[in-house]
Amino acid sequence: MITMGIDLGAKNVKVVILKDNKIVAKSNVLAGFEVKENAQKAIDIALKQAGISKDDLDKVVSTGAGEKLAPFYDETKSIVGCDSLGAVYLHPAARSVIDVGAEEGRGMRCDNTGKIIDFEVNEKCAAGAGAFTEAMSRALEVSLEELGPLALKSTQDIPMNAQCTVFAESEVVTMVHNKVSKADMSKAIHDAMASRISSMIRKIGFDKDVVLVGGVAKNIGFVTSLNKDLGLEVVVPKDPEYVGALGAALAAAGWKGGA
Amino acid sequence: MVEQQRTELWRWTESRWMNPDLDWRGKLITSGIDVGSVSSQAVILTDGELYAYSNMRTGVDSPDSAMKAINWAMENTGLTLKDLAYTVGTGYGRVNVPFSQRAITEIACHARGGNFMYGPTVRTILDMGGQDCKAIHCDEKGKVTNFLMNDKCAAGTGRGMEVFADLLGVSINDVGDLSLQVDKEPPPVSSTCVVYAKTEATGLLREGWPKNKVLAAYCSAMAHRIMTLLERIGVEEDFAITGGIAKNKGVVTRLEKEVGIPIMKTKYDTQIAGAIGAALFAKALLEKTKK
Amino acid sequence: MIANYGYKDGSGDYFIAIDTDKCDGCKDCVSACPYGVLDVGPDQNDPLSDNEVAFVTEAERKKIKYTCAPCKPMTNRPPLPCIASCKQKAISHSW
Repeated sequence: MITMGIDLGAKNVKVVILKDNKIVAKSNVLAGFEVKENAQKAIDIALKQAGISKDDLDKVVSTGAGEKLAPFYDETKSIVGCDSLGAVYLHPAARSVIDVGAEEGRGMRCDNTGKIIDFEVNEKCAAGAGAFTEAMSRALEVSLEELGPLALKSTQDIPMNAQCTVFAESEVVTMVHNKVSKADMSKAIHDAMASRISSMIRKIGFDKDVVLVGGVAKNIGFVTSLNKDLGLEVVVPKDPEYVGALGAALAAAGWKGGA
Repeated sequence: MVEQQRTELWRWTESRWMNPDLDWRGKLITSGIDVGSVSSQAVILTDGELYAYSNMRTGVDSPDSAMKAINWAMENTGLTLKDLAYTVGTGYGRVNVPFSQRAITEIACHARGGNFMYGPTVRTILDMGGQDCKAIHCDEKGKVTNFLMNDKCAAGTGRGMEVFADLLGVSINDVGDLSLQVDKEPPPVSSTCVVYAKTEATGLLREGWPKNKVLAAYCSAMAHRIMTLLERIGVEEDFAITGGIAKNKGVVTRLEKEVGIPIMKTKYDTQIAGAIGAALFAKALLEKTKK
Repeated sequence: MIANYGYKDGSGDYFIAIDTDKCDGCKDCVSACPYGVLDVGPDQNDPLSDNEVAFVTEAERKKIKYTCAPCKPMTNRPPLPCIASCKQKAISHSW
């Protein structure tokens, strides 16, 4: 059986193709403003990688904020459901899943089949999503890739007062002006973001293992701050940004855990 | 009245005013300094009457901004800092006014100042500042009866408007008028968060929307956002708006329509409400200690 | 005076309201709150009054959604300690 999962996030379109529940292809394309065209591009790349054509697909599930913008699909499924399914597939002991995407942060608790028990979403405010670190990297004039590792070089804790991305931008500019080290600022940025995500998780409660997915999971500075805040080590799967698309493809295949 | 204006190409217009018919000599002189995140004001009262004020951009630090504001207000009056019997600081930088005797919250000062500027019938004061938005209810004496303040989120503040002015390359002074130059009111920008609203606006520009239409969509989103904030405490007549965004016709006109209550007019600069309140408290506190 | 401390952002309304006419400044809420959100002192918004009243501390005003979260689990929510401790019934939460 061949299935495809499409995750249309706020910033990227991710596609995963499964053959008998094994990943055979994956692709990631910037969504930009022509979401439909770029989704098609991502699908074409994945199909080519798998060496198959559209007609070989048995079922396609679309998920994410722009799920309805996929060029074709059989069903849509909520992103929290896909996240937990994907996380349990990659890490069977996962019982709590945190997904920090470009414009949304989500926390969920699930059972061993990836079924959701409880979830909480932080949307509509950039301070609790990847958009925050992105804006901060611009304000600090440090690339997003360098921002995380930079935090690990911090030597002192400095507080970040602003809770709003826009105000935090001004605060960072003032700190740069006052010659605060960029490493310390980077840590302050990630601590602030981690405290917002961890309190969202605390609201629903968390069980081990905690799996962190989404693009921001690749940011080592954020992961370090989050671990410290939660008092545990979160599990970050390889290619965390594909977990939603993987879950969608698993849902299309009717996967229910324990395979 | 002598009105002086300093025009800056960048951002909003600074202003200074003094009452030439009053002589301060032999009178009780109190002052109020409002050091905000974006603007700073100094107000001088003689026996509780408005004598002079200044309104300028906040500089590098609060003490410096406070000094500049009071010096501009005192310019050509013969007044010196020594003549000020009591000074109250307010606003975001209120604890950093070097020549003040006390700091008072901007909530209390806006209610008191609003009462002075708009008269005892004002019951609801909305202050839209550079980095916050306050909704205040007060009684006929200008005493606060209910308030809320939103300074956590940039949406619905002057900062949010600045971000948009920047994005569109339009001077903040022109945003309001430009936004009203639309044949039909476009649907408001749907994202509250300024960061997401910016992304949305970029998309609209790409779709070919002209700048004024995008500004109209943002001004109406801001009016709506402020309306929902006001709803928490309710709007009681009479209703007045203070602060910098009160000068943005694009937001005020739309807000007036949403609220359905006329917005009071004033001859004063809407940005000086906090500083007037501070100067009035200075007088009241001085009289309280003398008793 | 009803003092609403907190904020509204894209995700919702988060305000703790304190009725300063009811509050007698007893500080029960200060010791009841596990996260130091509340304190008692002179009424900052009524400078001519000498009464001490409860208020939300400056540092917490912009993040009560997060700080108060542990007291507000999604399921089996117990009464909030601050509200339960207030004999004057002067405290309320908007969310």
